Amino acid sequence: MKTVLRYLKPQYARLALQLTIKFIGTITELFIPWMLSHILDDIVPLRDMVQVYLWGALMLLAAAVALFGNVCANRMSTRISRRFTEKLRHDAFARVSYLSSRQVDGFTLSSLISRLTSDTYNVHQMVDRMQRLGVRAPILLLGGICVTFTLEPVLTLVLVCTLPLLGVVVFGVSRRGVPLYVRVQEAVDGMVRKVQENMTGVRVIKALSKTEYEKERFDEVNREVVRRDQHAGAVMATTNPVMSLLLNLGLTAVVVVGAFRVNAGVSKAGKIIAFLSYFTIILNAMMMISRLFMIYSKGAASAKRIEEVLETPVEPVPGDPAPRTSEYHVEFQNVSFSYNKAEGKTRDDLSGVSFALRRGQTLGIIGPTGSGKSTIVSLLMRFYDVDAGEIRIGGRRIEGIPEEELHTMFGVVFQNDFILADSIRENIDFGRGLSDETLLLAAKLAQAEFIEEKEGGLSHMLTAKGANLSGGQKQRLLIARALAGKPEILVLDDASSALDYKTDQALRSALHHNFSDTTTIIIAQRISSILNADHILVLDGGRVIGAGTHEELLASCADYREIYEVQMGEAE
Amino acid sequence: MEKKQTANPPATAMQSLHGAEQKLKKTYILRRLWGYFREYKWMLALAIVLTIAGNALALVGPKLSGFAIDAIEPGPGKVDFATVFRYAGYMAICYALSAGMSYGLARLMIRLSRNIVYRMRRDIFEKLVSLPVGFFDRHQTGDIISIISYDVDTINASLSNDIVQICTSFITVLGSLVMMLSISPVLILVFVVTIPVSVLITRYRAKKVRPLFRLRSKKLGELNGFVEEVTSGQRTTKAYHREEVMIGRFDQKNKEAVDAYCNADYYACVMGPSVNFVNNFSLALISVFGALLYMGGAISLGNISSFVLYSRKFSGPINEFANLLAEMQSAFSAAERVFRLLDEEPEPADAPGATELAHVKGDVALKNVRFGYEPGKVILSDLNLDAPRGSVTAIVGPTGAGKTTIINLLMRFYDADSGAITIDGQNICSVTRRSLRLAYTMVLQDTWLFHGTVFENIAYGREDATMEKVVAAAKAARIHDTIMSLPNGYDTVLTDNGSNISKGQKQLLTIARAMLLDSPMLILDEATSNVDTQTERRIQDAMLRLMEGRTCFVIAHRLSTIQNADRILVVKAGDIVEQGTHRELMAKNGFYAELYHSQFETV
Repeated sequence: MKTVLRYLKPQYARLALQLTIKFIGTITELFIPWMLSHILDDIVPLRDMVQVYLWGALMLLAAAVALFGNVCANRMSTRISRRFTEKLRHDAFARVSYLSSRQVDGFTLSSLISRLTSDTYNVHQMVDRMQRLGVRAPILLLGGICVTFTLEPVLTLVLVCTLPLLGVVVFGVSRRGVPLYVRVQEAVDGMVRKVQENMTGVRVIKALSKTEYEKERFDEVNREVVRRDQHAGAVMATTNPVMSLLLNLGLTAVVVVGAFRVNAGVSKAGKIIAFLSYFTIILNAMMMISRLFMIYSKGAASAKRIEEVLETPVEPVPGDPAPRTSEYHVEFQNVSFSYNKAEGKTRDDLSGVSFALRRGQTLGIIGPTGSGKSTIVSLLMRFYDVDAGEIRIGGRRIEGIPEEELHTMFGVVFQNDFILADSIRENIDFGRGLSDETLLLAAKLAQAEFIEEKEGGLSHMLTAKGANLSGGQKQRLLIARALAGKPEILVLDDASSALDYKTDQALRSALHHNFSDTTTIIIAQRISSILNADHILVLDGGRVIGAGTHEELLASCADYREIYEVQMGEAE
Repeated sequence: MEKKQTANPPATAMQSLHGAEQKLKKTYILRRLWGYFREYKWMLALAIVLTIAGNALALVGPKLSGFAIDAIEPGPGKVDFATVFRYAGYMAICYALSAGMSYGLARLMIRLSRNIVYRMRRDIFEKLVSLPVGFFDRHQTGDIISIISYDVDTINASLSNDIVQICTSFITVLGSLVMMLSISPVLILVFVVTIPVSVLITRYRAKKVRPLFRLRSKKLGELNGFVEEVTSGQRTTKAYHREEVMIGRFDQKNKEAVDAYCNADYYACVMGPSVNFVNNFSLALISVFGALLYMGGAISLGNISSFVLYSRKFSGPINEFANLLAEMQSAFSAAERVFRLLDEEPEPADAPGATELAHVKGDVALKNVRFGYEPGKVILSDLNLDAPRGSVTAIVGPTGAGKTTIINLLMRFYDADSGAITIDGQNICSVTRRSLRLAYTMVLQDTWLFHGTVFENIAYGREDATMEKVVAAAKAARIHDTIMSLPNGYDTVLTDNGSNISKGQKQLLTIARAMLLDSPMLILDEATSNVDTQTERRIQDAMLRLMEGRTCFVIAHRLSTIQNADRILVVKAGDIVEQGTHRELMAKNGFYAELYHSQFETV
């Protein structure tokens, strides 16, 4: 909740004004029945028509003030919660954008998504409702108590005695309520994940005719959400009846105590009657307050989940203890790394990897599935930090290079890279504000001429996940994205697997002629993609089992020779 | 070499679930909503009974206290304590009962509303899985998530509260109307003026506000769609250091969403105070006219005050109703999105009298097949193909030539525009989709794993798979050792990021999954594209065993992997330009030979 308050803080002045206006509006409105009774009780018996009209006009005026005040206040509160939500969502999204890969793994993607969507929405609702109900209920409650107090202080005290009990109930329930709603939101995470999974895997699911099974599995998460929601709701539902029961029992006590006081001659029956009518107002106010608590619990649970994201510490940058000049552009020295350190895995995902590249050189990495090829890229880009060893770019430890500087050095295509549901232009440009010429040139070098044949060329709209492109078209688009920024270091992680050989070859040739100053790292399955690299690493099980040029490896590395023979041998 | 056509689904811009389409009729939405409530009509009836009983008890309370006060009335020293205590006792009982009832009612309503939520979500999900594949190519996941979470929640939050409210209001309004009529039919004329004004205000507002609420739902859906998309592709954003840009775009969407929210509220929040104003206005009229009537001797003072009491009871619910209307507007827009999704065309039903495809031998034939994803854009113009049982047909060609389209037609993800596809001489349109698809095993380039254990993922196609069979399949796919090195072996849960498992390993898992199946036909669409050559070689035996005796369709770029195919189709721009065995095609020295040689040329 402190987060909510922090985000409201810049708007305290506005909030105060809003509450004041709401207060005035509400109070004015409460005066109307009083004026009515004044007309009926005091004016009408005088048979003074002028006064009747006067008071009638006053009532209208009060009604107008109430209308104006309430509309104003409501609109202000709408604006306040608008600003609040905009800022909160912005910060949450920004924080998520800068989470490290390890932190994202910790939260899981679907949970982050539901925190950004469903939870921010819940908090928005809470802030909105609190502002509206938050004034009326306390005014009615306090006002009711004050009036009863002037009527009969002793009887009011009897009623007030129940208040601590009410406090205990409200406190207890809302304390239980928040964690319960946290659990509801966790179940929502699961539901989000299920929907996501099914939308991406629809072809497999249909191919295996597993729709029935998927329905059952969704049914489980669906039931779980509902079950937890019902549980939370059931707990929250106790407040209202318990509160009104307590108050009503208090009222009964008032009648009994009143009986004694009347009997003793210190009070009158009429006062008790009046007391009872104001009591209804108090009761209604209490109902509103209990509703407020329900809204609060749900909102606070969501606020807590957003808070967790916001308060995730930025992973520290250790700084560079020893920058040195180096003849090499990219260096790995004895690098070891494991994804799940804590889980007691027997072997590292990468161990003792070393290589060094001069500016403009090309490194080819080849090796079996799961041998750690992509891990090298993840470490080079500092998605994860190494467990041991050093990675240097231009002689500087990458831990000492500010993230922005580090990342802008690169042009990267990942395996399964992502495509925005936006124009081709946006997808290549990727928010860098490059000129159309640059984009088209990059597309040309990436062999993505198909763009010009698309309706609208660069303005052609792509669907989510690039579903209206073929696999090869997607890869070329992504390569164009990587090339467009004229990167210092180009990383292609299995970026041409869907290209036919002819296109792949044309691509390599274009890279060779136009990016001779760019240090390139190519991860590939095909030996032909890396054949001409200045340096080739053969990986297996996270270790380097061969390093050198194509010719050297043919001579020295049995595994490499085997791959070569399989892929090329039968041809010649 | 690229031709104008693309091989994949329509190149239309993102379609959204709302947008320009004409809005759904209000009555239609109400009818659909009622459809959900109808299932629980007994619960609903019980809720209404409880509401009435609760209200009645609430009325009895004051009555009892009245009796108790009567006993106090006589004044000092004469209070009838026995009666006071008795009625106080009754009061306590009555309040306890009413508390119990309102708790029961609350529980009941939670049950009712959550059950409806459950059903709606179930219906939406079942709809989703029944939709044709093309739907998912056109819609953002986040937008759908927004419907299934936010929109359903909104409907539920509003309706579950509002229904009870409306029932209570209705009863109160009716009761007080009768009472007021009995007191002074003349004074009621005041309402003849004010009630239509209220109604007009609400109707006018509702009309104005409804499109705003629709926009609000839509914008939130777009925001959520964006969040889902960008968060999933976060690594790329990081790699290009475009966080700021993405945040900037998010801000834009966020601003649109909060503006739409604020805008809808801005106009909707006038409704409550306005109607309130009308009520206060009528109160003023009553007091003035009441005073006039009193002076004319037409009404007694006591009656005016009772009338006022009832009129407050009367206008209270109407006022409440106006507030509810605002909430119901947002529920309506949400419901519109939900029902629009539910009304999406599912995959066309199986042809009437469609039979189960059974005892498939595996003779597949395509005759004069013509197909395009969009009318007027032909992808396959006239495809003929004969794949006898047990044969291996390879499909090669440049990207975008229509290879995947052939698979889409074989599996009936799409139906051909003309021509026929037959299995064992039976047109595939005359059999059930389920049996058709089960006759195929498919390994795709896009590996798909779900949040579950390794075992569950491999056994996905076969519910009866034992651990031994799964392990055997994993060993055949050369993924067993990797699995054993995971923290919990076969019980390791694969998370959505799956950082501990590479793309190639994922593909091996899907191959292991395929190995458990024994369908007569097999489709390998770039099934080993992410697997390196060594591993591919190691699993070759297993792959051969997988292909043995089945009619296979293989799409591959690595031409070395398909040299032994019985027939190679070379597809270019939707047409088969060459056809034959590897040897024949090489001898022909055409497009295939050109493709083949290019893989060995170096820069």
